[in-house]
Amino acid sequence: MAETKKPARPLSPHLTIYRPQLTSISSILTRITGNALLVGALLVVWWFVAAATSPEYFAFADAIVTSWLGDLVMFGSLWAIWYHTLAGVRHLIWDNGVGLELATAHKLGWAVVYGSFGLTAVSALIIVSL
Amino acid sequence: MRYLTDRKRVDGLGSAKTGTAHFWAMKTSSVALLLLVPLFVFMFGAMLGKPHDQVVAFFSRPVPAIVVALTLIVGFEHFKSGVHVLIEDYVHGMAQKIWIIAMTCLSYAAMAVGLFAIAKIAL
Repeated sequence: MAETKKPARPLSPHLTIYRPQLTSISSILTRITGNALLVGALLVVWWFVAAATSPEYFAFADAIVTSWLGDLVMFGSLWAIWYHTLAGVRHLIWDNGVGLELATAHKLGWAVVYGSFGLTAVSALIIVSL
Repeated sequence: MRYLTDRKRVDGLGSAKTGTAHFWAMKTSSVALLLLVPLFVFMFGAMLGKPHDQVVAFFSRPVPAIVVALTLIVGFEHFKSGVHVLIEDYVHGMAQKIWIIAMTCLSYAAMAVGLFAIAKIAL
């Protein structure tokens, strides 16, 4: 059954056919940010394991996570988590069948994009000051 | 093989049963994360780069420890379901099965390792 020969069928328009739109790009970014957060999540889990292990091992792990590369991953993850959160809220709104009109959907799209930048900047400033 | 029509073979197998379970699991975990993620971000952010004794003292407290544990459980469960759909969309056949199993194992492993760490710190 799995080995049936695939007949040559016409393909419906897809990603490379349509012109990129705010709605499609903001949707794809939701998926990318959500899955890319695995990198930061594993790094955070490792940081907690190090804290549970010993002061020496924690000093090593903490130095890696707060190195320039670690900072870059953490700052990127901070933006990714805010973007994914706001895009998730947009989905929770859409699930009720509201906000789907083109004009509203565009406003929600820009709210997610600019909102994620704003939340990243504000939360990064707060975290640095803590 | 039994003599069944195609219609009879698929009858009752659609979304009428468990088709919406995945959607609902994503919805409930996303609402939970809406509360957990901001708490976790500021708790972890405040402790990142701090000395070891201060980090251990902070995460030994009930609320930070519970927030970390809940974020690990709900977060990795949410990730597991999300990456499942990602794989279903882009990988097919045997590779799809292997990827889904591997990412499910990774999600639960990371969740368990993280929970062990926070338990060891807190208790």
